[in-house]
Amino acid sequence: MEDSLLFQAIIYLLAAVICVPIAKKLGLSSILGYLFAGIIIGPHVLGLIGQEGQDIMHFAEFGVVMMLFLIGLELDPYKFWRMRRVIVGMGMLQLLGTVAVLFIACSIVLRWEWQVTLVISLALTLSSTAIVMQTIKEKGLTKTSMGRSSFAVLLFQDIAVIPILAILPLLADGSINNKDISESIISHMPAWVQTPIVFGTIGIVYLGGKYLIIPLLHIVAKTRLQELFTASALLLVMGVSFMMQLVGLSPALGAFIAGMVLANSEFRHELEGDIAPFKGLLLGLFFIGVGASINFTLILADPAFIIIFSTIFNSIKFFVLLAVGRIYKKSSDQNLLFSFALSQAGEFGFVILGFAVQLNLIPSVLSSQMMAVIAISMVGTPFLLLINEKWIDPFFGVKERQSKKKYDTIDEEQNDVVIAGFGNFGSTIGRLLKANGIPATVLDMDSDRVDSLRKMGFKVYYGDALRLELLKAAGCEHAKVFIAAIDNPQANLKVVEMVKKHYPHLKIFARARNRNNAFELVDIGVKDFYRENLYSAVHLGVDALVEMGQRRYTATRQGQRFIRYDEEATLRLAEKRHDKKALLMSTMEEIEIQEQLIREDLYAQLSANDHAWESADLKKEQEERL
Amino acid sequence: MPYKILILFAHPLFEESNANKVMVDNIPDSPNITFHDLYQEYPDFDIDIKREQELLVLHDIVVWHHPMYWYSCPPLLKQWIDLVLEHGWAYGRQGTALKGKLLLQALSTGGKQENYCATGADRFTIPQLMEPFCQTAKVCNMNYLPPFVVHGTHSMDEDGYRQNGELYGQMLHYLENREVELSEMSNYKYFNDYIATKMT
Repeated sequence: MEDSLLFQAIIYLLAAVICVPIAKKLGLSSILGYLFAGIIIGPHVLGLIGQEGQDIMHFAEFGVVMMLFLIGLELDPYKFWRMRRVIVGMGMLQLLGTVAVLFIACSIVLRWEWQVTLVISLALTLSSTAIVMQTIKEKGLTKTSMGRSSFAVLLFQDIAVIPILAILPLLADGSINNKDISESIISHMPAWVQTPIVFGTIGIVYLGGKYLIIPLLHIVAKTRLQELFTASALLLVMGVSFMMQLVGLSPALGAFIAGMVLANSEFRHELEGDIAPFKGLLLGLFFIGVGASINFTLILADPAFIIIFSTIFNSIKFFVLLAVGRIYKKSSDQNLLFSFALSQAGEFGFVILGFAVQLNLIPSVLSSQMMAVIAISMVGTPFLLLINEKWIDPFFGVKERQSKKKYDTIDEEQNDVVIAGFGNFGSTIGRLLKANGIPATVLDMDSDRVDSLRKMGFKVYYGDALRLELLKAAGCEHAKVFIAAIDNPQANLKVVEMVKKHYPHLKIFARARNRNNAFELVDIGVKDFYRENLYSAVHLGVDALVEMGQRRYTATRQGQRFIRYDEEATLRLAEKRHDKKALLMSTMEEIEIQEQLIREDLYAQLSANDHAWESADLKKEQEERL
Repeated sequence: MPYKILILFAHPLFEESNANKVMVDNIPDSPNITFHDLYQEYPDFDIDIKREQELLVLHDIVVWHHPMYWYSCPPLLKQWIDLVLEHGWAYGRQGTALKGKLLLQALSTGGKQENYCATGADRFTIPQLMEPFCQTAKVCNMNYLPPFVVHGTHSMDEDGYRQNGELYGQMLHYLENREVELSEMSNYKYFNDYIATKMT
């Protein structure tokens, strides 16, 4: 009973559904929730699942495989070429630097064979793409300098796995003998045969993708069956993984290459959309697997070694990353974030260690210990980031910037307009104002953007607009207009509240993410809110009306009327929704309001509530007269 | 009882117009006078018809205050005329909402007064050129007064702006508080002249 697939699935899903919301509620990342879910249901706490978590890992590795497929998909050669300097430069520095330092440190302190030391150094150097990318996505850091550098370094590591795995067989000299290892079909061939086979397989994936898969997808696409396309996408990823496993290579790697091959085919976006939901779920499973696979007996057998080793290797990675960031002239807060984020070891560590065990390169006990080290470092990352966010970053970021800032506040004139948030939304506003000779003071969180904006002559303050000192430094006391355009709606709302409270004289224009966000703004007394998608959506709708045969001016007037009507409806509903006693979940609320709106649309005189330029009435009256 | 005046002001580039700036500045500060800046209210020509009709109902005298462009009004005022003066409301058998109200056009022209005659560059007089507006008012059963015109704004000095602005203010003050003798109107080409006789 307990072994049934259904039971297992229920355990996993239940653990995730319970732990992840708790983690979120506590302000932790979802990854931590998954990891703890894994630890709790794992063999060492509740023992609800798998012998040592290994089986799960095999299955859940698929999440990583799909993630790499998606990363490969996003990486069309053109983008790769544009980022080549950062990818190769930063990536190479990090990889070689970390391997060298780890190798030297381990050689001095621990008396392992040099092959073992090298394998372990290589395995630990690779950071966890899964954890870092997920974290970056969750924290909305994709567009920051830290996000871009992390992506570049991770990408280089992901690519570096290919040669690393190819080299491993050459290191093996058979001095270690492990029993009970799963064997790939090539593992008992001599090393000089294995290496060409490995490269050959990669070549097959590349050529196969180009000359077999793409034409196949064309045929599938012609059937116009969505589910068939999803099936082919899954088949593709699984097929490549299987092939890679046959030759003892990482499936993730194969998927990554396959993704890259398909990156500039026309199916890119469709494949992305089809795979993404599977990826999310399986990645969660993967994190649960990592949690479950932490072998506590092994850790407890020699806790000092594991903990000290984890700490030391994490610090080494951290400082090498810090140095790399320095070389690439990162501002210190971005650099800290970057170094903390990438300081763990990752899923490829498991892959390399596993492969090395198969090759008899490394004793299996040591390999298990190292896997525990990797798992611990993965669990630790979200905490490190939390520590950085709460204690280290504010201290650093503020200190460095303020000393600079003191100078430019004193003698410069204050601007009448303050813009908080200079992403796509805010920068458009800033440009429009600047083009009309109205200078604006900008507050932004991305220190690199701040630097480049300064060079372009904007008056920019770096930092969290939620800090009162920053608002003061930006000249809110003497400004006239405050534009709240921060990407994160919750942060934006808080800033508006702060400004309303401390600078009531300021005229506030606020960006609203969606209707719910607009309601919240109305609740705190903001009348001038701008839903970021209303206007472009109506614009598009107008063009669609024109395409359907309406005259452009008529369609435009309909669009204007619709905007006015919708703005009124938003204001009305903002008040109405408080009548409800029960506090609904926000999505439920959204749906309910959507329904209400659509119902009201039926009654509103949206079509012709005037008769401008119409002559029907006139004709009728004339006829009556005759 | 004072009369209520609605000034419908239409100028697409008001910030650059000296003459109209002074004229608007001279509008008396009175609860009976509503200044309604159409280009400020409806920058995208999306006129709120209901609101405009309500405003009209609340007033006795309507002023179309605008510069003369190509012998006509700026496009937003024409849009206003097209949209607001609805059949069945402003005209037609049941359209009596504006009946008996006075309509005055207050114009500024860059060219001098002497050009506006049969032998001048513009070949027609201002009342001739404004005939479509007069006729529009007639269809709506309104009484169209002779236009108030500020000529030659292109070659005017500060003093000229000031004088015309003050005259505009005085005229509005007169309209607010005094009855206009409709029977005398046919004697005057410009409302300026009528006011001049009343001021002395």
